[in-house]
Amino acid sequence: MVRSSRLALNAYELVEEVKSGSISVEDYIASILERIESIDKRINAYITINHHALDEARIMDKMVKSSSSNSNGYRSTLLGVPLAVKDNISTEGIRTTCSSRMLEDYVPVYDATVVKRLKGAGAIVIGKTNMDEFGMGSTTEFSAFGVTHNPWDEERVAGGSSGGSAASLASCMASIALGSDTGGSVRCPASFCSIYGLKPTYGLLSRYGLISYANSLECIGLMARSAVDLALMLNAVVGSDMQNDHTSIDSSIDIKSINSTSLKGMRFAIVREIIESDAIDEPVRDSMLDAIASVEQLDAVVEEVSLPSLRYALASYYTIAMAEASSNLARYDGIRYGYTLQPDGVAWNEFYSTIRSNFGSEVKRRIILGTYVLSSGYYGRYYMKAQKARAIIRDEIMHVLRSYNAIITPTMPVLPPRIGERISDPLRLYTIDICTVIANLAGIPALSIPYSMHNGLPIGIQFMAKHLDEALLLRIAYALEYARGSRVKRCVL
Amino acid sequence: MMQADKVMIGLEIHCQLTALRSKLFCPCPADYRGKEPNVNVCPICLGMPGTLPLLNRKAVEYAVMLALALNCRIASRITFYRKNYFYPDLPKNFQITQYNAYEQASVGADGYMELDDPKGNGVSKVIRIRRLQLEEDPGRLVYDGSIDTSNYALVDYNRAGVALVEIVTEPDFNAPNEVRLFLNRLASILEHLNICNPALDGAVRCDANVSIRGHARVEIKNINSFKDVEKAITFEIARQRSLTARGIEVNSETRHWDDARRITVQARTKEEEEDYRYFPEPDIPSVILSSEDLEVIKASMPELPHARVERFVRAYALTRDTARILVGEKYLADLFEASLKYYDNARSIANWIVTDLKGYLDRYGDGSNGSNNSSSSSSSKSDSNDNSNVNTGILARITPKHIAELAVLVDSGKINRTVAKQIMQKMLSTGMLPSAIIQGMNVDMLSKKDELEGIVDRVMDEERKAVMDAISNEKILNYLLGKVMKYTNGRADPKLVLSMLKERIVDLRSSQ
Repeated sequence: MVRSSRLALNAYELVEEVKSGSISVEDYIASILERIESIDKRINAYITINHHALDEARIMDKMVKSSSSNSNGYRSTLLGVPLAVKDNISTEGIRTTCSSRMLEDYVPVYDATVVKRLKGAGAIVIGKTNMDEFGMGSTTEFSAFGVTHNPWDEERVAGGSSGGSAASLASCMASIALGSDTGGSVRCPASFCSIYGLKPTYGLLSRYGLISYANSLECIGLMARSAVDLALMLNAVVGSDMQNDHTSIDSSIDIKSINSTSLKGMRFAIVREIIESDAIDEPVRDSMLDAIASVEQLDAVVEEVSLPSLRYALASYYTIAMAEASSNLARYDGIRYGYTLQPDGVAWNEFYSTIRSNFGSEVKRRIILGTYVLSSGYYGRYYMKAQKARAIIRDEIMHVLRSYNAIITPTMPVLPPRIGERISDPLRLYTIDICTVIANLAGIPALSIPYSMHNGLPIGIQFMAKHLDEALLLRIAYALEYARGSRVKRCVL
Repeated sequence: MMQADKVMIGLEIHCQLTALRSKLFCPCPADYRGKEPNVNVCPICLGMPGTLPLLNRKAVEYAVMLALALNCRIASRITFYRKNYFYPDLPKNFQITQYNAYEQASVGADGYMELDDPKGNGVSKVIRIRRLQLEEDPGRLVYDGSIDTSNYALVDYNRAGVALVEIVTEPDFNAPNEVRLFLNRLASILEHLNICNPALDGAVRCDANVSIRGHARVEIKNINSFKDVEKAITFEIARQRSLTARGIEVNSETRHWDDARRITVQARTKEEEEDYRYFPEPDIPSVILSSEDLEVIKASMPELPHARVERFVRAYALTRDTARILVGEKYLADLFEASLKYYDNARSIANWIVTDLKGYLDRYGDGSNGSNNSSSSSSSKSDSNDNSNVNTGILARITPKHIAELAVLVDSGKINRTVAKQIMQKMLSTGMLPSAIIQGMNVDMLSKKDELEGIVDRVMDEERKAVMDAISNEKILNYLLGKVMKYTNGRADPKLVLSMLKERIVDLRSSQ
């Protein structure tokens, strides 16, 4: 067993220790599993644990030993690193539920490309993490497997929909994690849990294996406790996957030069409509202003810009997301997999409605609304208009990003809400996505950086950059991480 | 009065791109026929969570070829849409298809096909094509007997995701026979482009909408066989006419073609207002076709039927009618051209193929499929569609060399046509070459008088009554000729025999 403080190691540090032989992967994974056993009853980050994790760890140790004689050493960049995977990302042989009764016993026959690549780099899947059902939510309260508690304050939500992944990192039940981000689902819980959450450029990571909620908006996202870990992860998962995902792009990201502590020469934009919005809580605004001061101290220039069409962002986002969801979720009919029902003596329509009553309330709400906005006669009024608004928003963002390296916003306009506080009012719940949905609508990369604490509650700051400018975001993260030092904690032990 | 009674028919045709090796959106084999249920499947065509459609670019190319052949405008930006509806044979509960309500997303639109005048030369009619689109086939439901009595439904996803081209015509047909001409021509185009084998069961499926001007429109679905389309439409027109004649209004409804009873039956009393909630498929990027791409596809297209007909007329001096019959079924045209390599007499070769071989096939079928034999039909043209591209049975046995040898034997005077037909029968049933058959037969033509004297005399002797009748009625001579031919196993030169018989009758008449 390893000392519990070691569970807070960054992935890149752990890899060094594993390669040098000072930590065995088996010991480390066993300790992680033990910690899950002892604290996850309270946090509820995991839905399913990978029971082969220890076996895989032993294999890693053998590989380390056999390659130690090799002068090159072992090259796997994530060797032995415990990985948490959101439960809407397919894992071969490990149950993948999307936090839904509909898929409570669904076991995929293949690994998502991103999972396969991380495993190839040496990461070990610890388990599958809790989320809002099918990714629909910002608090992980809409889960058929119970709410995930925020490790910083267990009375509060961990954010969502990738709440389990964020909580697993913040409570040292994994070192790196995968989430998915349709309108902020990686960045929101990252912000609420004081870790990093990267939503990459649309198409940069293959979506193969990510169970669709809103195809044109969503990405697999990366979560970690340090900027370097994020860079290691990104390096391991980028690259063309055209044989599985025709919407993916073939591009590599040059992240060799992220370790600069200065932001000299960079120009950042802050958005007037967000700074002035009364939807932003005071502690969050204060933190945001402090972040602006910090980057200016690192020699960046910050200027104010206007995004007038921002007010259409939420409506546009939810219309498109729900429309796509209503179609994507049609396949859950209990015929081929998932929830089963004896079909004897039941007509098709009745069979469908019985099976599909197993969706949770938020999923039902979005399917119904999505069905409505696609109905003939309403398509032009809603879906088409939403797409037009999306194009306008994207154009405005791209215009700003022609003059600035990045746009700075708070990740979430509020502090982590108490459990149950917002779930009863869906419209109020939707509004907290205002800063994050922009990046999904525009397809640009966005990173939530853990920046500060207010009364023990984390606050994250978001940076958005041009398409494929992930390296720049990582550079900002690295510089801020260095500048903030021990003022920002990224996990609770 | 006649004008008010005008019939309007439109077609919706689904053609599987059977030449593709894989399905439209995944690498599964496209050939599902004769397979165990649910073996040609993968996570993508089963709609497993997390899978994404992977567009088969070859399918787009084939659809573009067909759209060009049907004179369509090709979309510069080809986009796929989702058609959302629940049905157990549809793994994702939406079909990936195309939709033109907002722009031309479909591969082709606004095309046309010219129908040849069946009697004369030239074009008798133009049928407009509204759109031509690419989409995926659903799986198949299998019942225990009929859908009404079955206690269960089984789903076979082998067919799910197979590439289909849907062709929608304007309601420009005014008679069932025009539909037949259209479908035959379409089949020939599909064969010539080598993208779809219409002979395969279910490879080409057709729905029809039929109305009498001023009355409601009726959809006929479930017409499983190509040749039943004409029959179903004929029945439906008669049904609607008998209703309107009695002052009963035709209901707007969907009817099914009942294959066994040869009638259309009501499927739904009221057309449900279906809302498919079309929207662009986010997982498939639009396909941009540049003019260069289009030129490359055009250049790679095989010769189309109408061009082939013109070439046959021009290069081989065939009549347009003969050329059309050959080209109407690609394998006949191919056999014709291949046979010319062995014997360079186009008219003779064409004659053997069009008159004798095709006549035999129309009458007896190809022999590769028992049902062909029993369903001999007056509409020989549509029958023979079932034979096209068949490579079992007779057509597998008959090579260009067979046809060429037969023609050479007759044209060189070695055998007469009667013997040639016997040889053809044997050749079709055994696959032996005519030269080999001849060796086993005593078939050289008896064309010398002294070889025939004895037999002619014998017939005159045996058929006294007929001989007496022949004195007053020359037509009886043919009967006597037949007897001589029979005794000579058809080897006698009929012209010579006839003149010998005539001589003898004239002698008898003058001696009376």
